[in-house]
Amino acid sequence: MQVDKFYYDNKTVKMFAYAVLVWGVVGMLAGLWIAIALYYPGINLGFPPTTFGRMRPVHTNAVIFAFVGNGIFMGVYYSLQRLCKTRMFSDRLSKIHFWGWQLIIVFGALTLWSGATSGKEYAELEWPLDIAIAVIWIVFGINMFGTILKRRESHIYVAIWFYIATWVTVAMLHIVNSMELPVSFLKSYSMYAGVQDALVQWWYGHNAVAFFLTTPYLGLMYYFLPKAANRPIYSYRLSIVHFWALIFIYIWAGPHHLLYTSLPDWAQSLGVVFSVMLIAPSWGGMLNGLFTLRGAWDKVREDPVLKFMVVAITCYGMATFEGPMLSIKNVNAISHFTDWTIAHVHVGALGWNGFLTFSVLYWLIPKMWNTSLYSKKLAGTHFWIGTIGIILYVVPMYWAGFTQSLMWKSFTDEGQLKFQFLETVTHIVPMYVVRSIGGALYLSGVFIMVYNLIKTVKQGSFVANEAAEAAPLAKTVSTHGKEYWHRWIERRPMQMLVFSLIAVAIGGLVEMIPTFLIKSNIPTISSVKPYTPLELYGRDIYIREGCYLCHSQMIRPFRDEVARYGEYSKAGEFVYDHPFQWGSKRTGPDLARVGGKYPDSWHYNHMMDPQSMSPGSIMPSYSWLYTDEIDTLRIPKMIWAMKKLGVPYPDGYEQKANKDLDDQAKKIQADLASESKIKAADNKEILALIAYLQRLGTDIKKATNQTQASNNASNAVMGN
Amino acid sequence: MDFIHYVEKITGVSIYGLTSFVLFGLFFLIITFWAIRADKKMIEEVKNLPLQKNS
Repeated sequence: MQVDKFYYDNKTVKMFAYAVLVWGVVGMLAGLWIAIALYYPGINLGFPPTTFGRMRPVHTNAVIFAFVGNGIFMGVYYSLQRLCKTRMFSDRLSKIHFWGWQLIIVFGALTLWSGATSGKEYAELEWPLDIAIAVIWIVFGINMFGTILKRRESHIYVAIWFYIATWVTVAMLHIVNSMELPVSFLKSYSMYAGVQDALVQWWYGHNAVAFFLTTPYLGLMYYFLPKAANRPIYSYRLSIVHFWALIFIYIWAGPHHLLYTSLPDWAQSLGVVFSVMLIAPSWGGMLNGLFTLRGAWDKVREDPVLKFMVVAITCYGMATFEGPMLSIKNVNAISHFTDWTIAHVHVGALGWNGFLTFSVLYWLIPKMWNTSLYSKKLAGTHFWIGTIGIILYVVPMYWAGFTQSLMWKSFTDEGQLKFQFLETVTHIVPMYVVRSIGGALYLSGVFIMVYNLIKTVKQGSFVANEAAEAAPLAKTVSTHGKEYWHRWIERRPMQMLVFSLIAVAIGGLVEMIPTFLIKSNIPTISSVKPYTPLELYGRDIYIREGCYLCHSQMIRPFRDEVARYGEYSKAGEFVYDHPFQWGSKRTGPDLARVGGKYPDSWHYNHMMDPQSMSPGSIMPSYSWLYTDEIDTLRIPKMIWAMKKLGVPYPDGYEQKANKDLDDQAKKIQADLASESKIKAADNKEILALIAYLQRLGTDIKKATNQTQASNNASNAVMGN
Repeated sequence: MDFIHYVEKITGVSIYGLTSFVLFGLFFLIITFWAIRADKKMIEEVKNLPLQKNS
């Protein structure tokens, strides 16, 4: 039969590989920076962009979307062409995809540093960038499906299924979670509020882990592991079950991030059940990977590529064992809000994503440059430094997590809380120091790899267009035995896309529709009122500075939390919170009921110099809030947006809001003067932040007081 | 005001959990059934795709 001659495009793969290296270093440096900030807050140098709250989203976005994102594209552009036996659909689309994605990353970092954030974890980028992401994602989709459609191989290998599911699910998650109302060029408010916003956000957040950090990398595993080991995957049948079960179950698991919160109980339970079930397909995939190497372990000893892969797959197994365990309510009661979560995600990030990326780079670059790796020995050194780095990172974090949680929950014999919150922080600071050493080791391993790969590139000669040949796709497809329905889907990428979408949409729909439909059932607690303009402005500052990254606003119904923070949080309290600010980590204490706990002057002094009010605190100073002025021009637009989203401000309030803002700021100014003789200007941002903090959780207190008053009144009437 | 028991009171909410569970169970069985019964030759062919020349 006549064979077609064609060329694979290696240039795009090369560019993505370079981007992986550059963004990997940048993202991990940002990570190291914030790791140090946790025991040396002065590292922010009094400069807003280098403060923890702004650097942390830079770190997470850089490692997830820049490092791993480019890693996905590198692997997909290499493997897809070869599995489809064709060049990518369009070189121009490949170029647009590459440069578009890099521009988004650059602008993403700049906007995050400037404080432009939507305030939802891992989805912090503001609306213009959200639109850009959607456009570039579609470009990627067209290029990918175009390639699949013009393939010269009738079968679609399982790796490609994972790519298809990734594409369709990430598109769905991104669009649904990014529904927001723009207020200005770089500011928007989430269309959802409170409980609903939390559900959508963690449906997104968990599945960003699932469909950005996991499924595409499983696709890479199914291609690059057989390549590196030179043997087929252990069980292809298992990979089929792995794929469908994994994508079906994963999407349900989001609510396990919201256990014991104000999310409806049934949604929490659903999340738990499916999270626990997740262990089956996850371990199926892990075992499929490891068993592929059975009988080839001697190769693992020799080959750095396989070494990295084995640890990556093992870390995948550990993280996916731990995940279901953490979803069990009583384990979650201990782990949630502590460093345990940080340890868990870094087993996945450093081990699974990091090591798999390194193994692919070590395999791919010599291949594309037609040479061998410059130094196997250096790669071995990288492997050991990286592995020790992971251990030194995660062990102290597990330790810190357990310790802090136990300390939070300790009571004295007299029934008092045994430890102040601050004591539980200062106690684990040494763990933070060790963690940053682990991170620094891991990063130095990456530098060794960069050097090794640069040397490899220099000694080889790059094959930009790799010649290949294959027979064109026959018009009639030969069938083997009886044709089953799955074979029918498996040959048709578009149907595969539709079926994947159905599989992943079911979970989201079942969880979200009831939560949205019963909106009226979430009792609007009558004493919960919309924020005043000054408080709303303060809330924007709270979001801008990333306060939610260290402080939760969600008191769970536990004895210790109620004793420490007050009445547990109710769904009805968050109905005006666009976006919700429940947080996911308590590096600092919960703030849900901080309103009225301290005088205004305490906050004023604390934000300027936290250590002066809380000796030993690891919170950085927010000195710029004392010089930056409140932009009153923004207020009417903010009120307008909130009204659009359903917050019941009176008609025409947009125009009157600034008067109220002024009055409230003057009152705080007067309080500061009378309490502590502090002379504060009435137009600085700090006043707005104080107003917001002093409001938190007070609505319910009013309700309780009123109820008590009316009870007392009725008792009096009844003559008791 | 009583702040507990609101959202979980939608009628028949347990049906959601049950339906989802049954849905997944059926789905899982069908996939497993297919995977087990799939043609051996086809599986071998697809399995070796990454190891073919030019792949």
